[in-house]
Amino acid sequence: MALLEARNLRVDLPVDAGTLHAVRGIDFHVERGEMLCLVGESGCGKSMTSLALMGLLPRRARLTADCLDFDGIDLTAISARQRGGLRGLRMAMIFQEPMTALNPSYTLGNQLCEAFLRHRLGSRQNARERAIHLLERVGISAAAERLDQYPHQLSGGLRQRVMIAMALMCKPDLIIADEPTTALDVTIQAQILRLLRELQQESGTAVIFITHDLGVVARIADRVAVMYAGEVIEAAVTPALYARPSHPYTRGLLSCIPAPGKTPPGSRLQAIPGVVPSLVGHVEGCAFRNRCPLAEARCETTPPFMALNEGHRARCHFADRPMASATPSQPETIS
Amino acid sequence: MGTFIVRRILVALSVALTISIVSFMLLHLSGDLAASIAGPEATAEQVEQIRIDYGLDRPIVNQYLEWLGHALQFDFGRSYYYQSTVVDLIVDRMPITLTLGGLALALAVCIAIPLGVVAAIRRDTWVDRLALLFAVIGQAMPSFWFGLTLIVIFAVTLQWLPAAGSDGWQHFVLPAIALGYYATPAMMRLTRTGMLEVLESDYIRTARAKGLSARSVIFKHALRNAVIPVVALAAVELGFMLGGSVVIESVFSLNGLGQLAWDAISRNDYPVVQAVVLIIALFYIVLTLLADVANAALDPRIRTR
Repeated sequence: MALLEARNLRVDLPVDAGTLHAVRGIDFHVERGEMLCLVGESGCGKSMTSLALMGLLPRRARLTADCLDFDGIDLTAISARQRGGLRGLRMAMIFQEPMTALNPSYTLGNQLCEAFLRHRLGSRQNARERAIHLLERVGISAAAERLDQYPHQLSGGLRQRVMIAMALMCKPDLIIADEPTTALDVTIQAQILRLLRELQQESGTAVIFITHDLGVVARIADRVAVMYAGEVIEAAVTPALYARPSHPYTRGLLSCIPAPGKTPPGSRLQAIPGVVPSLVGHVEGCAFRNRCPLAEARCETTPPFMALNEGHRARCHFADRPMASATPSQPETIS
Repeated sequence: MGTFIVRRILVALSVALTISIVSFMLLHLSGDLAASIAGPEATAEQVEQIRIDYGLDRPIVNQYLEWLGHALQFDFGRSYYYQSTVVDLIVDRMPITLTLGGLALALAVCIAIPLGVVAAIRRDTWVDRLALLFAVIGQAMPSFWFGLTLIVIFAVTLQWLPAAGSDGWQHFVLPAIALGYYATPAMMRLTRTGMLEVLESDYIRTARAKGLSARSVIFKHALRNAVIPVVALAAVELGFMLGGSVVIESVFSLNGLGQLAWDAISRNDYPVVQAVVLIIALFYIVLTLLADVANAALDPRIRTR
């Protein structure tokens, strides 16, 4: 059985203009010990999905799902108190902004040990030892002294390492990492990615890694789910996705990554034309059709989530067409 | 932290020195002191005699240094009006003002912070609206009028508490409420705004992601950060209440420093005026210093800079 299974997960937010359907009925699952990447551009619902899984949605948001099971626990049915008992203990989260994700008024030791003590996993001394062990593991030198330091005394990269150590404190089954490297320098990014991947493999923790960067995905993910306008439009194991991207949006995203050796110097960077549709109110048919080079009349009807190969599915009427004819013919360019 | 405090103390000392100069000069700028001491019926010779007796004929710098030298030894001379030294007068009156200010501040803090926290947590509900209404009334209502209303209700009609005097704790209840209510709205609003801002912050989300209880998120993670500016405001408000309690003191006939200053000004009792101005200013300085130190103790970003 999968560690986490979501079917027809929806998140609706009331806004002035009506209802914003931030997540529109997505299906996905995470196996124990695997790394699933949720990819998509800003506003595609990936962060809302992660907050929904953690039970940290804004109070006015409404969550519905046919199934939202975490290790046999129905997350839609349990009380807020039971939810709090899972958070930090069995599912932990790493956020995008290491500079602001730590409380400026408390020492790192205090904040690291907090979840461990909250979930009664041991004494203060046990917590401290585990914190030191994890800080060393995430590559922070002089770990014991660091425990008495405050967040402002650390750089962004170090703070993100602390956040990772913090997420690991209670040995969670699932870690949700919401763009954990986006706010960091490129060199630090690579280090943090490698660290996350290593830790995930040695601890056997499942990770949902949220990013907008398909370049990152290729390096770390076991499986990928591409999101667009609140839906998962393509899901596959990582090699299959890169070998045979089957949704025009996925292909568009891939063609946006400049490849050394392939993209001629001085050539224009590729971009997908058009903008993401508004998710306020009901979205009819394929949400990508206004930007899609393949769009036809039948895209007015909602496409099925078509199974292509084992574990590879795409939500497009043309997903099973051969790839060449489906490459965007005239992508818009930005200089 | 050590160098931080030393630096603040040096700043505080220079401010104190400046204020002593200003308070000394103010009186000398307000007219011919010798003439006003002598009174309207004095002859020119008598005025001259007073000028020499009081040392007012000497250069002003000498006068100031002499006054400062005495002031540093807590000698502010004798009152022109009361048969007593200025220091005795102040020592006599100060406890009343300090009691009133302290009680009022304690009351204000005990109401403002919980109310601000609740208003922020229950934002845009009737609780929040009621709290804001309470704050607006407090800001709009003159404190002397509120004091008189309290007297009419609790002293005259219900006869629960005395209306005037300063003999027992009962005498401080109504004035402390009147003065405390005056100080509450600003602190409550600052707490509310601070809490709203902090509750939106990323580290509160982190705290919630650890599975911490709502109580621990609000009181450990949010309030600690939201209350930092409130501490500074509270110190300044206490200074303001010590200096500005003159209205409340006269409404309730409390014989405090405010009352003393008011009497001294109306009687041209200059040594008293100078001393009271200086002492209240010193209180202000000490309180600001304490606020800075408290801020640093609460905010490690200041402490470890």
